Amino acid sequence: MTGNSLPPVKLTDSGRPVLLPNEIECFFLSGVDLLCEDEPNTWFPHLKSGLLILTTHRLLWIPDAAVDASTSASSVPLASISHIFPHKKSLKSVFASPRVRFQVSPSPERGVATAGSRSVVVTVVVRGKGDCDAFVAKFWENWRARAWEESEKAMSSSSNVAAVAGSSSSGIYSSDGTVRMVGVSGILRKEQEMWESTDKSLQDAFQDLNALMSKAKEMVMLAEKMRQKLLSGSNSQTNTTNDEEMGSKEEMQELLLSVGIISPVTKESAGALYHQQLSRQLADFVKVPLDRAGGIINLIDIYCLFNRARGTELISPDDLLQACSLWEKFDVPIVLRKFDSGVMVIQNKSHSDEEVFTKIKVLVMKPDALRSGISPSDAAMTLGVAPAMAKEHLLSAESKGILCRDVSPDGFRFYINLFSEIDRDDMHLVKDHGIYASWIRATPAHG
Amino acid sequence: MQKLGEFKLPHFFNYPPYFTLQPVRDTREKQIQLWKELILDYCKTQKVFVIGLEEEFPLFTNTVIERSLTFEAREAFLLALVSEGRAEWMDKGHRKCLILWHRIQEWADILLQFAKDNGLEDGVVTIEEIRFGTESQGTELQGIDRTILNRALKLLEQKGKLVVFKGTSTDDEGIKFSV
Repeated sequence: MTGNSLPPVKLTDSGRPVLLPNEIECFFLSGVDLLCEDEPNTWFPHLKSGLLILTTHRLLWIPDAAVDASTSASSVPLASISHIFPHKKSLKSVFASPRVRFQVSPSPERGVATAGSRSVVVTVVVRGKGDCDAFVAKFWENWRARAWEESEKAMSSSSNVAAVAGSSSSGIYSSDGTVRMVGVSGILRKEQEMWESTDKSLQDAFQDLNALMSKAKEMVMLAEKMRQKLLSGSNSQTNTTNDEEMGSKEEMQELLLSVGIISPVTKESAGALYHQQLSRQLADFVKVPLDRAGGIINLIDIYCLFNRARGTELISPDDLLQACSLWEKFDVPIVLRKFDSGVMVIQNKSHSDEEVFTKIKVLVMKPDALRSGISPSDAAMTLGVAPAMAKEHLLSAESKGILCRDVSPDGFRFYINLFSEIDRDDMHLVKDHGIYASWIRATPAHG
Repeated sequence: MQKLGEFKLPHFFNYPPYFTLQPVRDTREKQIQLWKELILDYCKTQKVFVIGLEEEFPLFTNTVIERSLTFEAREAFLLALVSEGRAEWMDKGHRKCLILWHRIQEWADILLQFAKDNGLEDGVVTIEEIRFGTESQGTELQGIDRTILNRALKLLEQKGKLVVFKGTSTDDEGIKFSV
């Protein structure tokens, strides 16, 4: 039985990996096995059918809870990879799942294997859909870029700067000749440099974009044609058991998604991988604003907050909706909820309507409230939520028969429901100690 | 307790939501029921036979809490009365409503009783006398609405309990009982 001597991957509550500083995700592949076919193998585990994430620093493997709940998420630091084998095309490879092979050297200081272990050759078996060639290309790119060394250099150089700052140094030039970034002028200079480099890269990007724009019309038409084909294809097949068809259809779907066109076959394919990851990311993000908003928050507010936090690569309202609706499939503690009025909110699963109604009942039985009712702002203060949310709660309470509305030139207010307290057969009857009696006591009779 | 003229109003007349047509079905049903009762009660004691939707009706406004029923609400409550047979629209445009705090049949019975009480089983009496005569003083027939009276008379005529005959003018219209 081989042990697992790979560094573990920390996951958030929603199953998203916790990334290192400066680490960026580059590629996703689903249905991936990681195994070592060498004999003997003392330390590389056999990881079956998980999600493989290629980042700038590591290869992350996250188990699919449905398949294998016992294995934990593991990683292979790119730094410990000594060689990536080129893909050999053979007759066998045409029919089998694509495979990628690389060699991993033990590196105990990175958490890979124990001292004295041997290097092993690891095989990545891509059983799910996914562009293996693109993955391999990115794999090479990231491995050669050695992004982890810059992070390490940055960490050690920042400690160097601290040391240098300790010793005497005046003037704007530091010992190695580069301009020092000190004081306000330093900050300004840094900003300036950043803007200049961004500007240049934007210019480069726009060169390509201008070329694209001239082709834009043709591209859009082509994409539309593909989408129509997908739609008609999915409608004509009633029982798609043809794997190859499904594979190429899903590839097309990913292509379209990357161009920004909404996937037309989402219901059949159980959500593209993009939406699944987005869904988990959103679930993590939502926690803090949700608590701050008192456990219930407007969907529109989350849309603004989430996109503002992302900065670039903004998501569309449709993406957001799809991501929220996927929460049902994962084990996250939040749900999307639609009120009768059409307002959509995100709230904690633990949120109890009954609790809210109890609080409302208490509020509305206070003497002031008995006399002049409550407005959504009054409720907002008591419930600790936004006035718009409070209004939804009041309307829910009304539909449950707890409250009644009073519409007048003074505005929209709610009172405790007295109608249910009034006797059907004798409208002058007032029971002692009832709500009706309390109301009468609180509202002095006039005239 | 608040009063409207001599009429004793129930406590909930000062409950602001009472004057807003409630959207929730169960609540609205209760609200409608209370308004129906109140309207009938008021009309009976104040001898009001007709309610005009576009006219001022004291019951539909509460100056103390500064609330008034909207047109929609008034229509809803009167419609409820009509559905129950306790009221009738007098015009196609549904602007005037005849309030039947006694149903026509009940009025007919009251008329018959009146005849018996005053020894008029075979007698003759004018419309005027029924409405404003000394015998009807203090009874429910006093000041009865003409339309309602005519309907009750027609009903009894069909049953053969009386005959309506015209006099020289409308004031002379009379009936001969044959109870």
